Amino acid sequence: MAETKVVEKESVTVRFAGDSGDGMQLTGTQFSNTSALFGNDVSTLPDYPAEIRAPAGTMAGVSGFQIHLAAHDIYTPGDKADCLVAMNPAALKISLAEVVEGGIVIANSDAFTPQNLKKVGYETNPLEDDSLSDYELYAVPITTLTLNVVADIDGLGRKEAERCKNFFALGVVNWLYDRPIDPSLEWIEKKFGPESPIGQANKKALLAGFAYGDTVQMFRVRYRVPRADLPPGTYRQLNGNQACAYGAIAAAHSAKLPLVYASYPITPASDILHTLAGLAGYNVYTFQAEDEIAAMCTAIGAAYGGAVAMTGTSGPGLCLKSEAIGLAVMAELPVIIIDVQRGGPSTGLPTKTEQADLLQALFGRNGESPVIVLAPQSPADAFDTVYEAVRLAFRAMAPVIVLSDGFIANGAEPWRIPDLDDLPPIETGILKEPPPDGYQPYARDPVTLARKLALPGTPGMEHRIGGLEKEDITGNVNYRPENHHKMTRIRSEKIQRLADFIPEAKVFGEQQGDLLVVGWGSTYGAIRGGVERALREGRSVGHLQLRHLNPFPKNVGEILQRYKKILVPEINEGQLAFLLKATFLRKVERFNLVRGLPFKVKEIHDEIVRVLEERDEE
Amino acid sequence: MSTTAPEKPAYTRKDFVSDQAVRWCPGCGDYAILAQIQNVLPTLGVRKENVVFVSGIGCSSRFPYYMDTYGFHGIHGRAPAIATGVRLVNPDLDIWVITGDGDALSIGMGHFVHAIRRNLNMKVILFNNRIYGLTKGQYSPTTPVGHKTKSSPLGALDYPIHPIEVAIGAEATFVARVLDADGATMRKVFSEAAAHRGTAFIEVYQNCIIFNDGAHGHVSDKKQRPEHALYLEEGKPLRFGPNKEHGIKMDKTRPVIVWNAENDDELLVHEPQTASATYAYFLSRLHYPEFPIPFGVFRKVEHPPYDALLRERVSQARERNKGGLAELFRGPHSWTVE
Repeated sequence: MAETKVVEKESVTVRFAGDSGDGMQLTGTQFSNTSALFGNDVSTLPDYPAEIRAPAGTMAGVSGFQIHLAAHDIYTPGDKADCLVAMNPAALKISLAEVVEGGIVIANSDAFTPQNLKKVGYETNPLEDDSLSDYELYAVPITTLTLNVVADIDGLGRKEAERCKNFFALGVVNWLYDRPIDPSLEWIEKKFGPESPIGQANKKALLAGFAYGDTVQMFRVRYRVPRADLPPGTYRQLNGNQACAYGAIAAAHSAKLPLVYASYPITPASDILHTLAGLAGYNVYTFQAEDEIAAMCTAIGAAYGGAVAMTGTSGPGLCLKSEAIGLAVMAELPVIIIDVQRGGPSTGLPTKTEQADLLQALFGRNGESPVIVLAPQSPADAFDTVYEAVRLAFRAMAPVIVLSDGFIANGAEPWRIPDLDDLPPIETGILKEPPPDGYQPYARDPVTLARKLALPGTPGMEHRIGGLEKEDITGNVNYRPENHHKMTRIRSEKIQRLADFIPEAKVFGEQQGDLLVVGWGSTYGAIRGGVERALREGRSVGHLQLRHLNPFPKNVGEILQRYKKILVPEINEGQLAFLLKATFLRKVERFNLVRGLPFKVKEIHDEIVRVLEERDEE
Repeated sequence: MSTTAPEKPAYTRKDFVSDQAVRWCPGCGDYAILAQIQNVLPTLGVRKENVVFVSGIGCSSRFPYYMDTYGFHGIHGRAPAIATGVRLVNPDLDIWVITGDGDALSIGMGHFVHAIRRNLNMKVILFNNRIYGLTKGQYSPTTPVGHKTKSSPLGALDYPIHPIEVAIGAEATFVARVLDADGATMRKVFSEAAAHRGTAFIEVYQNCIIFNDGAHGHVSDKKQRPEHALYLEEGKPLRFGPNKEHGIKMDKTRPVIVWNAENDDELLVHEPQTASATYAYFLSRLHYPEFPIPFGVFRKVEHPPYDALLRERVSQARERNKGGLAELFRGPHSWTVE
């Protein structure tokens, strides 16, 4: 047999797919962590069903995890997979469309039983009927091989033994892509302990899978993705929910206040609560409230009491919090609401991503109720966004809504760990003693228009606040027409004034020309990839990704004027496009795909080409 | 965060009166409650900057504006949730939640029950006038069946809820009932509640002179009160009547009235510190007109408050936590790019 040759590749996308119970999320996470530790840039996309365990072998139960690893900076989890690991027929059927032509398909042939094939409508076995001839197919009896290798471990049940097959698959893929297996071996030992039968079995399965690739020699080629040339620094893998939690802790640390995180469990935001619940040692108070409204109100109470106060939720929860967010607007309290957006309306698609809460965040409350709205553009960027949210909340004494989404929340990428001393300071403006002329709850800083907080427990500043309209300066209840008009304007103006404080927007690519692609939030990676491709083709394109959605950076209007056309891709029906049109009176082209999935680079690129080549009607 | 000064501050009632004009209707029962709270606070030895009143929406919820303390007038039904946030941040505060029958038992029932269940260290005073006052006269969750109101012109169909039963059902550690027309009992119970560690729940029978005048007439009328009010005194038999001549005893599983009870031995003795909530629940089921209405402290037991337990966990975790933020952020698997 010929020696397997090793081919170097700039980037590779691998997709693991199997039953919800097959451990695909774990396998994918292990593979991406190993790759990150190896020094690749990594971006991941978990894609799992809302059901914890849908019936085995069905399409509804397929759980997938895609990893893009590269020797350069990458922005997305990859459009299509170069390699698919399909643990059963359902996984193959659902994922094949996501594999590049000629791509590698590794299938667990043991799971391709007549019964399983029938469940998903295969009339013949695709591993045998030549229907996969366009792919490089490897049918591997993963279950049998796994059972054989763990057979001699005492105290291991048949079910437990079979469950190790994901580690066998991981071993094969690690061999194929020339990854070290030590990090996963270490992880298993730490997770299960050195002596446990399950730990030993998983280790054996992993080693056997790796050896299988080496000894069977059925793979013609092995691939190697060299280390990426990332900026110097210390890195780790981080997903968006963890990044939100860490950003919150860092902000509370800078503000020298405790962190109170009050939340009601909701997919896909719950992991923020889980992460923070384990970090009480960093002066973190987590509170699992009885409902979404209580979580919001507890955060408000905590802000009033003198904490960095935060709640996290997803779209349906944001609806429930609306009235209380209005209270925070009226009481002028710094509270952060993290909305990890998911497919809607109503319960919608709990585990799938979407960007359709933007207008709700901006306008979804009674009365004129302006809040600050920010959106992170990638998992690691969520750290900086949440940190900035706290900074802006205190600067304006106003609530901030952070629009994360399912893609950011569960996706992971290398995070360059910041030096804590480099983080910008957070000034809380909390008064320690009454000003010389007495404390007035609604007296304002002339520059920021923010009121000053006096915390309960501080002598000499006893005062009352609440949801009724406040009298300017004194904060007493006041229903006078001129006062209400004035206070309405102040609440809006203090948010708008942040535009003088936040950085100006920066365009990537052409600084003026034919087309500006404007995005917000998690579409960053796909848009950047699409724009880079268009630039390489010599097209005149720029990319503007907005982190600040209220207020907009002050140069956005001017930037829009520099391009002939504006394209706004969004995972909604055109909400930012609507805002840009209304705010800047510019004609914009929308590009909207609302599938519960992120954009692919190719989709953005194709749309850029289409818009550029489209003749103007005029 | 503040610290409590060792010496008892010398306050008078006036120190707790804010500069805001009180805007309840003339003759409203709320005035009496406000006056008694303002009377009691100077006697408690608490510093006024540590006192916080949190309310929801309704006539009762205007209360914080009239107190010269810290105050937060929240939104409908959510006062316990807002107070929870304040409680988590600062252990030194004396937190009083002011609510009503609509605020706590209708729109805010969820938060009411959960605050009690967690035994959060706060006082919850529910002004029960059995009507919606601020929205001008609709029936409330405590309005009796058949009562005609603006929204029930043919009589209310809903069966009323009894807040003390609900509170005890949620294992409230301190439960009491007082009457707006009975200043002495209010002062005594408010003082006792203030000293309680955990959620102290007090139902106040309060008269809405405009929309439900006389809702508690059988007890607020001084002449009728002795016949219909059962004053609970720890260690004493359950007795009522102008000369305390009647009593309550158990007949198998049912309470019965013993008219002109000569012998204390057959009567139930009030034991508010009984660990089990069964006795307090039994008391809460004594309803007019079949029975006299109990006033005073139904239940008073010790149980660690949620906020104290959480604070303890956080301090222990902080003591154990040797690494700094940088270490947390690096995690077990970081790598360095030169």
